[in-house]
Amino acid sequence: MSQHALTLSGLTKTFGDTNAVHNVSLEIEPGQFVGVIGRSGAGKSTLLRLLNRLIDPSDGSVSFGGQEITALRGRALRQWRADCAMIFQQFNLVDRLDVLTNVLIGRLAHHGFLSSMTMNFSDVERTMAIQALDRLDLVPQALQRAGTLSGGQQQRVAIAKALVQQPRIMLADEPIASLDPANATKVMDALAAINSEDGLTVLVNLHTLDTARAYCDRIIAMRAGRVMFDGTAAQLTDGVVRDIYGTEGLMEFNEAVTSTAARPHVTA
Amino acid sequence: MTLTADTLPPIAAFDRDFALQRRRARIGWAVGSMLFFAAFLLSAQLSDFFKVTQVTLPDGTRADRWIVPAGIPRLGEYVAKTIPTLRLDSFWADFGEWFWRWKIWLRLLVETVLIAFMATSLGVIGGFALSFPAARNLAPNTWVLWFSRRYLEIARTVPDLVWALIFVFCFSVGPLAGVLAIAVHATGALGKLYSEVNENIDMRPLEGVKAAGGSWFDQIRYGAVPQVLPNIISYTLLRFEINVRSSSIIGYVGAGGLGQEFREAMSLQEYTDLSALFLIIFLTVIAIDYGSEKLRHRIIDMGQSA
Repeated sequence: MSQHALTLSGLTKTFGDTNAVHNVSLEIEPGQFVGVIGRSGAGKSTLLRLLNRLIDPSDGSVSFGGQEITALRGRALRQWRADCAMIFQQFNLVDRLDVLTNVLIGRLAHHGFLSSMTMNFSDVERTMAIQALDRLDLVPQALQRAGTLSGGQQQRVAIAKALVQQPRIMLADEPIASLDPANATKVMDALAAINSEDGLTVLVNLHTLDTARAYCDRIIAMRAGRVMFDGTAAQLTDGVVRDIYGTEGLMEFNEAVTSTAARPHVTA
Repeated sequence: MTLTADTLPPIAAFDRDFALQRRRARIGWAVGSMLFFAAFLLSAQLSDFFKVTQVTLPDGTRADRWIVPAGIPRLGEYVAKTIPTLRLDSFWADFGEWFWRWKIWLRLLVETVLIAFMATSLGVIGGFALSFPAARNLAPNTWVLWFSRRYLEIARTVPDLVWALIFVFCFSVGPLAGVLAIAVHATGALGKLYSEVNENIDMRPLEGVKAAGGSWFDQIRYGAVPQVLPNIISYTLLRFEINVRSSSIIGYVGAGGLGQEFREAMSLQEYTDLSALFLIIFLTVIAIDYGSEKLRHRIIDMGQSA
């Protein structure tokens, strides 16, 4: 959709004494499918939240095609959040609203106060929402309450919501960590399809190596807030992982319960 | 817990810690009970519970008696005065005489319920609007939180009867003063209840709305309101019941409704009027409580099945 690169330079976020993200500089090329791996607490979630500006950096900057993201305020900030869609581990849908309305939440950045408060969406927007749901095979569920759906379905509703935002980048924070392998595969396939069909840049936090290797063009490994590895899936061999995380870390990555591999993974 | 325990075998260490914990709990209970008992005695003393009063005995002599047994028979005396004479052979005539002002009372009863309805509506609007800035997890900043909380506190700390006195002074005698008085008090009470509901919601949907580019109002409208709606409806109906009770007495200070009839009957010592009015309010409140309780339970069930 857009041909801009996302540039992170010296990005740092500290919570009290801990450096959640420490001096991260990266260049994300348009159309890439990037996986960010690392153990819990490595700073992956914080990194994504910094990009979407759900939290503000302590230092450093993010820019998108020359536009400085860290300086945005008010309406421009809301527009950036819409441009930079975010998918969460726990889906973050409104359980008591129907699926269609949940998807239409993706249009709120383009609404004024009154039309938003009265949930007054246009036919064009409803059509967009239904088309997005159709891409994810969820049209039959459109009028059900989101809370009645399975986890995998809810995550796909969240992807549909991200799509109607007409984003320029798609961020996903552990999108499959709460799902069983079959649903995890569906969700990852949906993200891969969006990446290849729409040419949308996708940045996914993962904590399983096999998923990252199967889907990502580029893998970034984090540890204690720093980027320890940045390269292609082929370059990230078990040997490299052992170097970064130690033997214990490698075991942990390969044995992690949630992954897209429907069969148990045999560790080397 | 501490490193010194390491020298003992675990079970012996547990026995020692357990005994210590038990002793602390016993001391805590003993001190707490003593404080409570002291406070109880003090307040009983201050409220004349131990007062000795003079009573006239049947043979005409005066004697000192403890006030509680001396006063209780007078309750029966009072109630007996309010009981009307209803004879079987002229029951309807007697009944008609008991409810002799029924046309006025019926009009005032309608006024009472309307005051409660209007006041509840206004209270819901004010309380609902303020419950979001007054919730710790939702307030956009600490100033807004502080001001909305203080406003709600003032509104509910002043009793509605006192608000009624103030509004009767401003807007003269009549139901307008009553509506405003109960509305202000209800705003404070409902705003507090609603904001506590708001503080217990799941914040993830709000984050989802925020991440999609939604404003603070969007987060409230889409993330918070659907979650709290069943509770808000339930608390509102409960408040309506309370407001009907309030509006039936608020006329005592001239703020409309049946209360003014109470005042008149008391000052003119029309005791049977009092029992008639009591019966009217009693039946109305029972009917409204019953209806709203049915409705509330239906809404609570609806919320749980969702």
